[in-house]
Amino acid sequence: MNGSLSEALWVLLLGSLLGFELIGKVPPTLHTPLMSGANAISGITLLAALALIGQAASPGLRLVGAVALGFALFNVVGGFLVTDRMLAMFRRRAS
Amino acid sequence: MAALITALPTASLLTVSVPTATLPSLSLPTAHLALDLGAVLLLALGLKGLSKVRTARSANGLAAVAIAVAVAGLLLEQGLVGWPWMLLGLLAGGGLGTLVAYRVPMTSMPEVVALFNGCGGMSSLLVALGAAALPAGLDLLGQISVSASVLVGGVTFSGSLVAMAKLQEWLATPAWMLRPQRHAVNIGLALVALAAGAALPLGLLAPAPALAVLTVASLLLGIGLTLPIGGADMPVVISLLNSYSGVAAAAAGFVVGSQLLVVAGAMVGAAGLILTQVMCTAMNRSLTSVLFGGALGAGAAPAGGGDAGEDPGYSRITSCSAEECALALEAAERVVFVPGYGLAVAQAQHSLKELARLLESAGIQVAYAIHPVAGRMPGHMNVLLAEADVPYEQLIEMETINPDFPRTDVVIVLGANDVVNPQAKNDPSSPLYGMPVLEVDQARSVFVVKRSLGAGYSGVRNGLFELPQTSMVFGDAKAVLQQLTAELRSLGVGKVPVAAG
Repeated sequence: MNGSLSEALWVLLLGSLLGFELIGKVPPTLHTPLMSGANAISGITLLAALALIGQAASPGLRLVGAVALGFALFNVVGGFLVTDRMLAMFRRRAS
Repeated sequence: MAALITALPTASLLTVSVPTATLPSLSLPTAHLALDLGAVLLLALGLKGLSKVRTARSANGLAAVAIAVAVAGLLLEQGLVGWPWMLLGLLAGGGLGTLVAYRVPMTSMPEVVALFNGCGGMSSLLVALGAAALPAGLDLLGQISVSASVLVGGVTFSGSLVAMAKLQEWLATPAWMLRPQRHAVNIGLALVALAAGAALPLGLLAPAPALAVLTVASLLLGIGLTLPIGGADMPVVISLLNSYSGVAAAAAGFVVGSQLLVVAGAMVGAAGLILTQVMCTAMNRSLTSVLFGGALGAGAAPAGGGDAGEDPGYSRITSCSAEECALALEAAERVVFVPGYGLAVAQAQHSLKELARLLESAGIQVAYAIHPVAGRMPGHMNVLLAEADVPYEQLIEMETINPDFPRTDVVIVLGANDVVNPQAKNDPSSPLYGMPVLEVDQARSVFVVKRSLGAGYSGVRNGLFELPQTSMVFGDAKAVLQQLTAELRSLGVGKVPVAAG
């Protein structure tokens, strides 16, 4: 960890509070797209996969990193595209 | 800066531009920090925007840009060591994700979200296992984080796959899964997982066996927790698993020492919890009863509980033809449609819109009653009807439309079942008792379009079908809607009144 443990725990706490506040009120229309979009964001674990590839010394570990990266990117790319497909249907009512 | 320049193509494949212009003047660590902070800011704005109809689509793009910025920041910091492996993961994961995202039909959205979600969990699990195998070894915090990441990631992965299989009706709840002993099995699995997770930092076991036991126990636990849950409760489970995948990402953030990952994971975890709570409230169920109560009426409804089996328990059923239904529609002043999963399965949203347009052209008032958990996911019906270009203002939520049912002439229930079950209001012995429902039994006449008298997704019988004002119109929702439109046309509804008088 870059900072101390306590620093990381503060980050965890504040991030959670931010999440609660950000999406407190959501119209039911957007529940599915929001779930899908939030799900895509959770694929940000791809950063961890990239870090693993960068730090790995053996090809075996790099392969593990590459597979992890594949899973995460499947989540991220698929998640954002599918959310966009859903939301594109609401576009006509933008006015 | 060469690292950044080469990093850009990788990032830009994901979405769009990265603010390069300001970077060269900054020192490397500062630039990395700036990108990280920018990514967090964009993520927060993205999540916030996703909760408003007008901004949702651009907010989704914003969140995607945020991920790209975060990737750029990380690659700037660590360089492109091992880039062929990165490219491999990018092509495989990104390619498959794109393929699935464009090929999946709108009706299967919930399953796909579950699948994506599970893969995110798997990624966290793999990263944690990989980090444990790094030659540098792990400090105490690292070992705790690895254990947490493997546990939550494993539960998310197997749980999401089970949820997907149940939604696709590949899997039913096996009867042995509903015995109370399953709690003992799950508690046992959880204890084994926790013990293995604790053995790692305490040094009681070598890392390899400890992590192997932890991985297997976590995967089994995900199955054990999800398999007994009934299909009707699946939306809640997917939302909760979505929250877990955020927690797994945050744990992975501790493992690799990325505060950005911790923040993003925590935000998604919190978002998933809020949605889960909203859905539980809508069903008047507590989260504990969803998670540990077992499938509703699953003993009564074998194998998926769909429309396949005839329920012998019904008497006093009135069925009628599309023609009779059309006559009732012609005479109505106010019509309410109640869409459910059957509409989605039959892909009938466009036929429904066509019928509604015809009725409106004859001066009949049309509305759509949207139950918060209609379909297999909250907002599922909104998405489907939006696809068919139904005006947003005509989609009316349960609390708003319930007082209007007594002055509604005709209600047409399209492949919905549990969400219109009056026993949820007045039969304390019904497993659905207490769940808020659309009070369609208050309307003057109700037509239920259904393939057969099979039980609903929860497997509970529906007293609405036996009410005197209810008629069943048996058939596929799309076919029935098309018949209704044709009948109404032949009755002269919707023709431009030439010199009416």
